[in-house]
Amino acid sequence: MTTARDSGALAALRAQLATLRGAEYWRALEALAERPETAELLAREFPRHAAGLLEPVDRRQFLRLMGASLALAGLGACSRAPTETIVPYVRQPEELVPGKPLFFATALSLGGLATGVLVESHMGRPTKVEGNPDHPASLGATNAFEQAAVLTLYDPDRAQTITQTGAIRPWSAFLGAVRTVLDTERPRRGAGLRVLTETVTSPTLARQLRALLAAFPAARWHQYEPVSRDNAQAGARLAFGRVVETRYQIEKADVLLALDADVLGCSPGNLRYARAFATRRRPRTGEVEMNRLYVVESAPSTTGAVADHRLPLRASAIETFARALAATLGLGGEPPAEGNPTRAHEIAFFAAALVPDLQRHRGRSLVIAGEAQPPAVHALVHAINHALGNVGETVVYTDPVEAEPVDQLASLRELVDDMAAGRVDTLLILGGNPVYTAPVDLAFAQSLAQVPLRLHLSLYHDETSALCHWHVPATHELETWSDTRAYDGTVSIVQPLIAPLYDGRSAHEVLAAFNGEPEKSSYDLVRATWQERHADEDFERAWRRALHDGVVAGTALSPTGVELRQGAIPPAAPAATQGSLELVFRPDPTLYDGRFANNGWLQELPKPLTSLTWDNAALVSPGTAERFGLANERVVELRSRGRTARVPVWIVPGHADDTVTIHLGQGRTRAGRVGTGVGFDAYRLRTADAPWFATGLELEPTAERQALACTQHHYDMEGRHLVRAASLVDYRAHPTFAQDEDPAPPAALTLYPRVPYEGYAWGMAIDLSTCIGCNACIVACQAENNIPVVGKTEVQRGRAMHWLRVARYGIGQAEDPDLYFMPIPCMHCENAPCELVCPVEATVHSAEGLNDMVYNRCVGTRYCSNNCPYKVRRFNFFQYADWETPSLKLLRNPDVTVRSRGVMEKCTYCVQRITVARIAAEKEDRPIRDGEIVTACQAVCPTEAIVFGNINDPTSRVARLKADARNYALLGELNTRPRTTYLAAVRNPNPELA
Amino acid sequence: MPQIFHPSTNTFSRVTIFGAVIVIVVLALVGGSLQRSSYTTEVGTPREQPVPFSHRHHVGGIGIDCRYCHTSVEDAAFAGIPPTQTCMNCHRQIWSTSALLEPVRESFRTDRSLIWIRVHDLPDFVYFDHSIHVRKGVGCATCHGRVDQMPLMWRTQTLHMEWCLDCHRHPEQYLRPRDKVFTMDWEPPADQLALGTRLVHDYDVNSMTSCSVCHR
Repeated sequence: MTTARDSGALAALRAQLATLRGAEYWRALEALAERPETAELLAREFPRHAAGLLEPVDRRQFLRLMGASLALAGLGACSRAPTETIVPYVRQPEELVPGKPLFFATALSLGGLATGVLVESHMGRPTKVEGNPDHPASLGATNAFEQAAVLTLYDPDRAQTITQTGAIRPWSAFLGAVRTVLDTERPRRGAGLRVLTETVTSPTLARQLRALLAAFPAARWHQYEPVSRDNAQAGARLAFGRVVETRYQIEKADVLLALDADVLGCSPGNLRYARAFATRRRPRTGEVEMNRLYVVESAPSTTGAVADHRLPLRASAIETFARALAATLGLGGEPPAEGNPTRAHEIAFFAAALVPDLQRHRGRSLVIAGEAQPPAVHALVHAINHALGNVGETVVYTDPVEAEPVDQLASLRELVDDMAAGRVDTLLILGGNPVYTAPVDLAFAQSLAQVPLRLHLSLYHDETSALCHWHVPATHELETWSDTRAYDGTVSIVQPLIAPLYDGRSAHEVLAAFNGEPEKSSYDLVRATWQERHADEDFERAWRRALHDGVVAGTALSPTGVELRQGAIPPAAPAATQGSLELVFRPDPTLYDGRFANNGWLQELPKPLTSLTWDNAALVSPGTAERFGLANERVVELRSRGRTARVPVWIVPGHADDTVTIHLGQGRTRAGRVGTGVGFDAYRLRTADAPWFATGLELEPTAERQALACTQHHYDMEGRHLVRAASLVDYRAHPTFAQDEDPAPPAALTLYPRVPYEGYAWGMAIDLSTCIGCNACIVACQAENNIPVVGKTEVQRGRAMHWLRVARYGIGQAEDPDLYFMPIPCMHCENAPCELVCPVEATVHSAEGLNDMVYNRCVGTRYCSNNCPYKVRRFNFFQYADWETPSLKLLRNPDVTVRSRGVMEKCTYCVQRITVARIAAEKEDRPIRDGEIVTACQAVCPTEAIVFGNINDPTSRVARLKADARNYALLGELNTRPRTTYLAAVRNPNPELA
Repeated sequence: MPQIFHPSTNTFSRVTIFGAVIVIVVLALVGGSLQRSSYTTEVGTPREQPVPFSHRHHVGGIGIDCRYCHTSVEDAAFAGIPPTQTCMNCHRQIWSTSALLEPVRESFRTDRSLIWIRVHDLPDFVYFDHSIHVRKGVGCATCHGRVDQMPLMWRTQTLHMEWCLDCHRHPEQYLRPRDKVFTMDWEPPADQLALGTRLVHDYDVNSMTSCSVCHR
């Protein structure tokens, strides 16, 4: 019997838990379970079950339970199926065939720049994003962010109603408030009105903002994003006297040098650049020549990981390096001495090989500066590219893509000053979350409080919304009409895939209210913009064409001539004090600036290079860790410019010494149930004068530890030949090096009879030369195959459910190894070890060579997983899939089973796509064409590293790749005869640096 | 030394041992037959619908083709349940005041869907595609029975996996010429095996039995 005291204790526990959110909640549960009071409480609360819950099961009870479950096992099947209903349309839309998905072209933007996508829609529900092959920034690929967009769309934590100081209000009330503002501001020409947006490239939004400024000339429009392009623009101003966009023709470059630039991973146009880069990374004799990539960087990036030569250098020293390079190339200036004598020799050695290599490839080389570097480095790089004759060849300049390129930090500072001085009466914040993302020393939140009327439009009721009077839920990009531009200026019309799920409004509609046309919809506004520009032509035709193609033809910016200014390069600033630490900020590889913090897919996506999930950490080099006596997960106190943070440490080989990298985007306080309270907030250390790196950091180890969830702990291959790699020279001398490293045993070496595969035989080839480890394939697989999110605690137990993992291995010295990425899906072994041990035949082979997993047969013995040498099988220890939340039901791919508890699952080679293609081909009495089946991971891959197809067809792409000399089977010595094989990595190091 | 057990214990133990075996066997048989019985499979049980739509009248009586309503049967996995619009194509004109049809008119007026009860319902882990079966010469009536004789729909087949596999292993027993797929009263000829074997060849039927063909 429960006493009053006990129920009081339980209620107290519940109350304690109710205040917690996200990861904190789960952590608390775990801690709770381990406390002795909990055991005692459980015993009092459930006396009959206490023994069973808290004591090990004895033999007798075990037998009794087993007997009972055996007896009942078959009974479940003897029940009637539940009654189900069919709900047809009343009036069926044209073109819609129930059960067949439709694809619509639209675009998703990040930092204002668009990636063209095709969105799969199942009877009105967008379920999967694919890249748009016709879009210049996509070419059919996407980043992880675009893949995860559908989860954000259906996120139940999105803001759902218009609120005024917490009370739900109708749209008409908001319009009334706007009218009052306009009436007050009109006589003052808008002197008290300010609009704060993120980076604007949308022609319609720009048109509306300009109309607003025309009506209220004293009003001001500010732009701010934490990941802006201020440095690149300032660098262009230094070099050319005006803002220009720098675009690269990477496919033309033989030698590339990236200075702190993650050009393949996280930068405008990265998908396109990665594709172009990969075209020059496939060493086939007689075909294209391989390029060579040098990277000098502070924080390791995916670009650095695939470089042929990588020089870890603290961020402040990269300017010194660039100046030395410019001086050596005869651009004037004295090559400054590297302050750190221990590194000087290494740097000189690196530069001594790099410079002649660049000079040998005049017009076919390329130097790229990263946004994190100061304007001077960008100007230097422009000068170097000019000197090397690369302009017009590998690098071209265009007019800016942004509607109004401004120095965003200066723009925000101006706004903050105005707010603090009481000059702002109404602030309209369209998107963004400046309270969270603004540099900490600007004290944005305090200044914001001075503004009498604050309005915020955003997807979530976030940190900024909490400090605003009015909050309007924004429509997701998949719910609204808009337009946007890609990195090269190409315009895409954004079209809605679904009516707004909640009472959302787009930025266009909110601005229309301010422009005195509240009756206009986003559709009207966007159409009006384009109708103006096509006044003379057949507009309807052009409009439909643009919607169909996903791009507006002829809107890409053409190259513009620029002239390098005399004395463009500013004199060198005094070098940073040596020996002190530097703090480097980077956008999070999966959460960007924090806007995706409530997206479970992106939270659980292992970050490239660190494989961390659900957290951010202070990344340090092994050398720095040794100097401070640090180990992984040890909490340190970071002190930078008078501000402190306590952060767990993660040691990253290849990181620059004396540098600590932290990722922005975590530590949200109002992200939602998933993202609130995860990690620490790096913005609290970021100041306006040092947005990307700050010198003078102090680091003090504490005694605390904080457990992090990492999916791959070390870089070592334990003496096995998992990743096989060679230099181009060695590959030329010995093309079959990969196969000879560990020759596969003879095929007959098995007790089981050989199964012949006639007809189709599906297989996959993954090129390790071109894989850049961006991890987009993992999210694509997750979206396609209804893979659940498990949470931090489960990841720590090794129970992440991803069907595809990207392993990273290091070859060479431990402090700075050469890194290789290896996507590992199910190998679909012909001699599959998993199949032999399944007692219920839940995993068996198909006639086309697939290793099938039959969920409804699986009883969860997990023998298959134990016997799988590749560890690609995933077990549902709990009911991970959310079957309750209504909006998440819309997210599911209807062609794939949503798995339940107690069932093993794994990569199926996207068998649903195979089936669709097979049926389509058979209905047309033809064989399946090569390239007709594209797996989700293959479709998303920016470098086309993954190729799937019929290996029985010698002309198929996959068969030709498997015939390549570089082809080898992972753990082939086990005679598993995997259908997934790898092409060994070949890098092209400079022989002079060997 | 006296006997510990009475002689009748022998009989008692025999009865217990053999009885237990018999009980298990009987239970298994009962369970098995229950599983295949029409109680569980609902074969032959007409299902009540919101509107008592009669296939016998519309198909058998008037002679409407299957594809007039089930429009996507040749194109998609799902054969398609007609939108209310399709009913109203005719019932705007005929029986336009019938009380039985009030739910249809109400649906059309209010733009709210009719909610039909599923008769042929496969488990959620089975993915069946109508279009390929129709293309390969499986007649509607082979799985759905003589729909033209059903006032209300019922199942004529168990939809068990063994039933699927029976045809997938021996398609020649069931196939018919493509032009007869939608014909309700087609009867297999005496030499069905010969016809079926020829159709298997002509239609390039390679009915697969791998698990992932239906389960994924």
